[in-house]
Amino acid sequence: MRIVVLVKQVPSTDKVKMDVETGIMVRSATEAELNPLDTYAVEEAVRVKEKTEGTEITVISMGPPMATYAIREAIAMGCDKGVLLSDKAFAGADTWATACTLSSALKKLGEVDLIFSGERATDGETGQVGPSVAAQLDMPALTYVSKIREVGDGKIVVERAIEGGHEVVESSLPVLLSVVKEINEPRMPNLTGKIRARKTEVAVMTAADIGLDPSRAGLAGSPTRVVKVFFPSMSRNGMIVDGKDPEKTVEQLLQFLNDKSFI
Amino acid sequence: MKINEGKFQGVWTLGEQRDGDISTVSYELLAWGRELADKRGTTLASVILGHNIEGKAESLIQHGADTVYVVDHPGLEHFTPDVHAAILEKLVREFMPEIFIASATTYGRTVMPVLAARIETGLTADCTVLDIEQESGLLIQTRPAIGGNVMATIKTPEHRPQMSTVRPRSKKPLALDASRKGNIVVKEYPGDLYVSKVKFIEFIKEETTALPIQEADMIVSGGKGMKDAKNFNLIHELADLLNSSVGASRQAVDMGWIPYSHQVGLSGKTVSPRLYIALGISGAVQHLAGMSSADVVVAINNDPDAGIFRVCDFGIVGDIFELLPVLIEKLRERKATSSEGEHKATSSKGGS
Repeated sequence: MRIVVLVKQVPSTDKVKMDVETGIMVRSATEAELNPLDTYAVEEAVRVKEKTEGTEITVISMGPPMATYAIREAIAMGCDKGVLLSDKAFAGADTWATACTLSSALKKLGEVDLIFSGERATDGETGQVGPSVAAQLDMPALTYVSKIREVGDGKIVVERAIEGGHEVVESSLPVLLSVVKEINEPRMPNLTGKIRARKTEVAVMTAADIGLDPSRAGLAGSPTRVVKVFFPSMSRNGMIVDGKDPEKTVEQLLQFLNDKSFI
Repeated sequence: MKINEGKFQGVWTLGEQRDGDISTVSYELLAWGRELADKRGTTLASVILGHNIEGKAESLIQHGADTVYVVDHPGLEHFTPDVHAAILEKLVREFMPEIFIASATTYGRTVMPVLAARIETGLTADCTVLDIEQESGLLIQTRPAIGGNVMATIKTPEHRPQMSTVRPRSKKPLALDASRKGNIVVKEYPGDLYVSKVKFIEFIKEETTALPIQEADMIVSGGKGMKDAKNFNLIHELADLLNSSVGASRQAVDMGWIPYSHQVGLSGKTVSPRLYIALGISGAVQHLAGMSSADVVVAINNDPDAGIFRVCDFGIVGDIFELLPVLIEKLRERKATSSEGEHKATSSKGGS
């Protein structure tokens, strides 16, 4: 089986601190990691590979040269090959242009049976790139996948975590799956994996390499424009009371909830 | 589609149905749509795809739509992303709306990116505010990113329709107006358009009557401070008494006290309830990112320096296991008295 996992490098979420005065989240610009929600996609791909003989997993990411770090993380977990799509022409892409770049590369790289992506990236939080890639490759997008029941013989049965429960659907292959955290417990890369990741060469491809018209890539190819960015403060000046006397404090709380018509 | 490919006009909302019933999010979306259409001086239409839903179209008009486009076919009973997007593409190419918005539900967040890719236009995810820019008439889309720490305002200048998904509960539905009149347009397409590569097998309903946290009005949420699965039951008890949904921090989910679908935060769901009660949740930034847009936040934690107190409206520093049982008991008493009151009221009404 031929599997592709789409990953993104994001600012590290563990390193996030809150500015005490403003309530604004502060991230270190230098610390980056494999999007935590992508690790579930990587893990699930590796699990399919472990059960299906002759499976090869290619990790693809679009980003600056430093994004090879995220690709190597995925290889350390058990993926075989890595491709980084990196070109100045890709910079500033919105979800449509990003999907265009990824799907052009996928067409160039040949047939695929399964494409995995995370539910969304923890920075942009759109969750749009996976389904867009599927549409551009004319394959179905199964989103919010929480379990693969069976895969093989040109079809797959999955559970999707949607509002109010789980939907079970079957699809023909090829198909794109965007997976949620519920699907598995990602492994920590072991030493052998880490060594292999370090030794594996990550191919770098440009717009020319994937045959993409630069007018469909990056900021130039993006239908949307960010016109303003601002930082709202999360802090509220709430009333904080001491709960030493539970009876009294709970009465205060009930009064508060009553005043706000919650009870 | 590029703006110069034709005359795009009107605001559209994507209606959503579950088992043939129109979801509340569809009405919330119409409230946004009505506001945008009025500002833009244009009409508002809603689109609904499903099976045996033609009779439900009227309610979309009663909640603000001028026109409803209905596609009613057995092949649309369940959500098949390829077919739903293909039908929407047909409709968009025929009627050319200027703006098309959907709810940021699992349905909207799946079908809209597929549609946007097919018709080559922009799509802005999970907006919390939509507006029309006066001078240009463009849709102004505001959305949080990085867990609400950054707000971005986004436009789609050259492509049409301008599309966004809108966070559930970002607006109240308009009151139902039974006298509102509008057009219902039923569209039919050749049978092969309904053939999907995806086949519905079954739906496994979660054993709860509470709303999914993304749509909940009130959420009682528990964290590491609950110490074990047994104590976590107190969260459920309180939630039941308040008729609210149950949320959780990442730690509580990782401990296996509650399924992932209840996780609030950067790697879980983003919620916008009227009331969020955080119990034994310290308030890591990643958690705050998922709940900071709640109207009112109440927190109980034994650590006075817990981050959750920075973002709460009413906080209690104290022992959760002393406070929570008292709260549950008092609410139970209250409920008993008020249901007695209701009972009296009903019987007196019955007697008169």
